[in-house]
Amino acid sequence: MSEARAVQFRAFFALCERDLWVTIRHEPVSFLSQALLQPIFFLFVFGRVLPEIGAAGPRYGTTLLPGIMALTLVLTSLQNTALPLVIEFSFTKEIEDRLLAPLPTVWVGAQKMVIAALRGIVAAALILPLGELILPGGVHLDNMSWIGLIAIWLAGSIAGAAMGLLLGTAVPPNRISVAFAIVLTPLIFTGATFYPWQSLDHLPWFQVLTLFNPLTYVSEGSRAALTALPHLGTGWIALGLAVSLLVFGGLGLRGFVRRAVD
Amino acid sequence: MSLVDVHDLHKRYKPDAPEAVAGIDFSVSEGEIFGLLGPNGAGKTTTIGVITTRVKATSGHVVVDGVDVSKAPVAVKRRIAVVPQLSNLDRALTALENLTFHAAYFGASRGERRRQALELLDRFGLAERANDSVNDFSGGMAQRLMIARALMHDPRLLILDEPTTGLDPQSRLFLWETMLDLRNRGTTLILTTHDMAEADRLCHRIAIIDHGKIIALDTPRGLRRLLPAEAGIELVLETPTDPAGDFAGVGGVARLDTAEVEDGRWRVRLYGEGEALADEALAASRRDGASLVELKRIEGSLEDVFVHLTGREMR
Repeated sequence: MSEARAVQFRAFFALCERDLWVTIRHEPVSFLSQALLQPIFFLFVFGRVLPEIGAAGPRYGTTLLPGIMALTLVLTSLQNTALPLVIEFSFTKEIEDRLLAPLPTVWVGAQKMVIAALRGIVAAALILPLGELILPGGVHLDNMSWIGLIAIWLAGSIAGAAMGLLLGTAVPPNRISVAFAIVLTPLIFTGATFYPWQSLDHLPWFQVLTLFNPLTYVSEGSRAALTALPHLGTGWIALGLAVSLLVFGGLGLRGFVRRAVD
Repeated sequence: MSLVDVHDLHKRYKPDAPEAVAGIDFSVSEGEIFGLLGPNGAGKTTTIGVITTRVKATSGHVVVDGVDVSKAPVAVKRRIAVVPQLSNLDRALTALENLTFHAAYFGASRGERRRQALELLDRFGLAERANDSVNDFSGGMAQRLMIARALMHDPRLLILDEPTTGLDPQSRLFLWETMLDLRNRGTTLILTTHDMAEADRLCHRIAIIDHGKIIALDTPRGLRRLLPAEAGIELVLETPTDPAGDFAGVGGVARLDTAEVEDGRWRVRLYGEGEALADEALAASRRDGASLVELKRIEGSLEDVFVHLTGREMR
């Protein structure tokens, strides 16, 4: 590796080190509450309260858990790029010191994605023990595939971070709260989170609509990796994730460079 | 040896917008303090943006230490540091961490960056606040910390964007001393400012920019000479009557005015240039038994020059 390359890699890892340091030393509570509070309530209300009062079947938790993991994975990754970028580009300008570090601008955007994805994976992993605690009868995993799960988590978290990168750099700061409302709510509820995709057979228009949501492939992928429940074909899952990664990764990084260099 | 070369720089942000920078040329020598002056929106920030890799030039070249900014921005980033006008410190970190992580981005070893950070915090009077969050820092403290941060990777070129705007006089003086000290250690500085006293006192050369072009580039002294009507000699004489008549014969005087400043003391101003002006004025003052109390050169201020060149209209 040339000396110039070595400098760039060192800068990249130093930026990662700074982010991990801040997550662990300065803001573990805010990270965990931002990432986990919503899934905890989803698990509790949908997975415990609804079956208890007879509004959902007793095994609904098994269907729900992979969906909630996927939701946590994607949303945490998304929020961990989008929110900091909006704040750092517009208000605190903290990003400037990073943009002047000796590495290409596009690497700074990629680095943000890596850390956001890592945070998403940590949050999603914490859903398992939380599910064990919250769901009646705990977590039931059959037919679990570690390799499948790791692949889904890597692809899903990076896709989520890429969506956040696009959102955080494409939306003007004065519109960001509107943009979040418009993007997040449909994302949460059309992502096959609370229902397996195949059970939408009776609502074909909605079934088709959900295919445009990257979260659908992460939810279905998690279901495929963790349970024996019916799910979207693995080939389709892989294709959906690959397209999401390419489209959002490309647009997100391009948006970042445009925002960073006038 | 010039450290920065800006050649025929143009920048247009949008195809239908007017040019923010419309053909700028200048060089900054090694070890120089170079000032960019100009009204708001004149093109200073854009010019700085191109030098610091944050703005892409529409056309033209900028070379820093032999490296073309558009071709090798990463190599340029290693050579420069920027102190912005408003704080862009990392608010999630303490003062010390702001410095050590910055040095880490530039590849300094753990021990080295800590040692250097503590040394700089001490030099900038922030040693006691090393472990405090920068959120509670005053404007002056944030400014000092940003300069310390900029020095962590030992840049060849330090760029300061309106460094003293909004600072109290103590912080301002400290900053001025720091800048001169850096110059003495061999760092080249480019600063933008609205503060004419600052530019006059610190800069070796100043470029005045307006409407995206350099309209004057000279030493502060040279710039002041652009207003010949404001240069000349001032005398204060002790004499009971208006001494105007005595000076009528002095050569090279474009304008003369006199005023009684106190009882029995008259101020005489002779506007004009010429080697012999002071001698002749002195000789003229001795007539009629008037006695000389004070003699000094008058020069147009940099502010006069600036307003003269850029007009009075607000931007």
